[in-house]
Amino acid sequence: MFRDSIDALEAKLGLERRTFLKFCAAMAATMGLPKGAEAQIANAIATPAKRPSVIWLHFQECTGCTESLLRAEHPTLEKLILEIISLDYHESLFAAAGHQAEAARYAAMEANKGKYVLVVEGAIPVKDGGIYCKIGGKTALDILKECAADAAAIIAIGSCASWGGMPSTPPNPTGASPVNAIIKDKPVVTIPGCPPNPYNFLSTVVHYLTFGSLPKIDAEGRPLFAYSRLIHENCERRAHFDAGRFAMEFGDEGHRKGFCLYKLGCKGPETYANCPSILFGDVGSGSWPVGTGHPCFGCTEKGVGFYKPIHQLADVKNVVPPASYPRVVEEQGVGATLGSAALVAAVAGLAAGAGYKVAGNLGKDSSGPDKDSAE
Amino acid sequence: MKAQPIGGRLVSPVTLVLTVLILLAAFFGAQRFLFGFNSVANINDGFPWGIWIAWDVVIGTGLACGGFALALLVYIANQNQYHPLMRPALLASVFGYTLGGISVIFDLGRYWNFWHILFPTYQQYGSVMVEVALCVTAYIIVLWIEFSPVLAEKFGWPGVKKFTGKWMFLFIALGVLLPTMHQSSLGSLLIVYGQQIHPLWQTMLLPLLFLLSAVAMGYAVVVFEACVSTAGFKRKIDHELPLIASLSKIMAWLLVAFIVIRLGDIVARGAFAAMFTSGVKSFMFWVEMTLYALPVAMLLSPSVKRDAKIYFLAACSMLLAAVLYRIDAYLVGYETGPGWNYFPAVPEIMITIGIVAFEILGYIVFVRFFPVLPGHGPDKAH
Repeated sequence: MFRDSIDALEAKLGLERRTFLKFCAAMAATMGLPKGAEAQIANAIATPAKRPSVIWLHFQECTGCTESLLRAEHPTLEKLILEIISLDYHESLFAAAGHQAEAARYAAMEANKGKYVLVVEGAIPVKDGGIYCKIGGKTALDILKECAADAAAIIAIGSCASWGGMPSTPPNPTGASPVNAIIKDKPVVTIPGCPPNPYNFLSTVVHYLTFGSLPKIDAEGRPLFAYSRLIHENCERRAHFDAGRFAMEFGDEGHRKGFCLYKLGCKGPETYANCPSILFGDVGSGSWPVGTGHPCFGCTEKGVGFYKPIHQLADVKNVVPPASYPRVVEEQGVGATLGSAALVAAVAGLAAGAGYKVAGNLGKDSSGPDKDSAE
Repeated sequence: MKAQPIGGRLVSPVTLVLTVLILLAAFFGAQRFLFGFNSVANINDGFPWGIWIAWDVVIGTGLACGGFALALLVYIANQNQYHPLMRPALLASVFGYTLGGISVIFDLGRYWNFWHILFPTYQQYGSVMVEVALCVTAYIIVLWIEFSPVLAEKFGWPGVKKFTGKWMFLFIALGVLLPTMHQSSLGSLLIVYGQQIHPLWQTMLLPLLFLLSAVAMGYAVVVFEACVSTAGFKRKIDHELPLIASLSKIMAWLLVAFIVIRLGDIVARGAFAAMFTSGVKSFMFWVEMTLYALPVAMLLSPSVKRDAKIYFLAACSMLLAAVLYRIDAYLVGYETGPGWNYFPAVPEIMITIGIVAFEILGYIVFVRFFPVLPGHGPDKAH
């Protein structure tokens, strides 16, 4: 029966069975799930009881998140997303427009009350009652609250929705805020990144689909499988950092040789993300910012991306470089100097003299019983 | 011969010189703690242990074994006639050990963490160092308890006197056990160094040799102190001379045992040739052995007329031998690889001198004010 449903999927998506199972295994590995999970994932995708309804909201953003998801080089990724979920509202992908589109949102919310997944892309302006972003006459703030009320799960995709992102850059004229600053009564999973890696989003959705729950998250709401390690920890240029080999300016010898970009302002040492591990665009090694020679600017990290100047040095979070490197020739100690040898000789002489004097006095003493011994 | 304070003036040329030395050491000590090793000491990555360990701790506690060695004799062998020497010996032990323990802190790079070794969660029970540290710390406390009757007599603490009167046997037992453990472990510390200690000194018998020489040092130091305090405080030695004579004899036989084991071990390990072919190390070995052999000749040869002078010189020779043995084993016989070098720097030596000066000054102050030395003089009838 399982085999049948995969065959059906093969026919429907034009996707080879082998490719599909490889994709499921990759998903499981990305999330660090135990052996056997890939089968559960394959089963969940191939035989969905009912595809979960997804409502995708756009606020203050550039649609880069959607773009990166749709333009993934992997030919079937977007097909797969669209197959495993029922995307009931997405402004960029809708053929419909205006009131018709809004009606679709209400219909989906009504039909899947308490069961739909809400995905938010973009920050929400809250200043002046949220008037800086309106859709169909409603503020972003109201739309979000309205949609979040009956959502089963909320996923904030991209840095803007996750922590404010670029729109919240000081002085933040619109009061751009992340989803979890507004929705406090429900857990919000954040997938920060500018854009985020589509696999991190997809893995989160697949996890929900397979196990009925969202993956474990950190204090910022980020799934641990993707955001528990610093970029610095898995960076392919890390050996250069440890050895003290740095590119000092763009195009210099160190830069051309692929040295560490820390001194150009790379924020890898203070940014949590799995970019160096899973890369972008499915085109092989080097396909991520640091791999192409540009310092990481910390897009997933609040207070780093769009906040710290690109050339500012990162705070090295967990691996502080040594205060000094071992010297090529270590000092091997000092032998006797004139002063120290003289001092030792003086002490020895003094001790010998004192001993001699005491011995002399003792000799006197034992011969003369009542005479005082020392002078 | 009840012990009594000898009284007298505290300010004298000797105490003034000692005070100056202590102040100098305090100055360099402050430098060491504020600015680190490099500011005062020559210890380095190859020689992490310099004289602060080899002298202040290893030799310092060895020289402070008088109390231990006498306790063996008085309480274990039940030779009560030596009891009058017990208090001065204990006093030297109290100072020697307390300062030995404190001076370890000079040698700790991160000295503010020194308490870690006393704290169970930081301890590693396979470590010889932990054993030495705990044992020495415990022994310092035991020594002060053993010495407390002296303070109680002076200040009139009836409670302390009653407690020690009742429980002293326990602390005396500990006071014999603990030094047996850590004096031998001071040798075990070197076993851990393996090949880095020259074959003339590296042996599995190091613990036994260190213990034997520590006990011998204990007797030698009691003799030495008796002689020096007699000469220094202008007292007569007649009463103590018979005790000194018999102590010296015990020491001499211990030395015979030491020399036999030491040489026998070297031959058995096949290091015989090293006694002649190791340059400076061979030379130091022979100086050491000569100093060990001299007291044996002086004390056991039938042709020597033995008087206080001979006993004193024999004790000095024994002490020098044991001091040299420890310096040789810890520093001269220590080869950590080509190029490494160590000789104590002047400030480093001054700190050690200051610690010794502190011991001597403390001894002088204590015997003047507390009932330590056996009382005798023209006004007392015995």
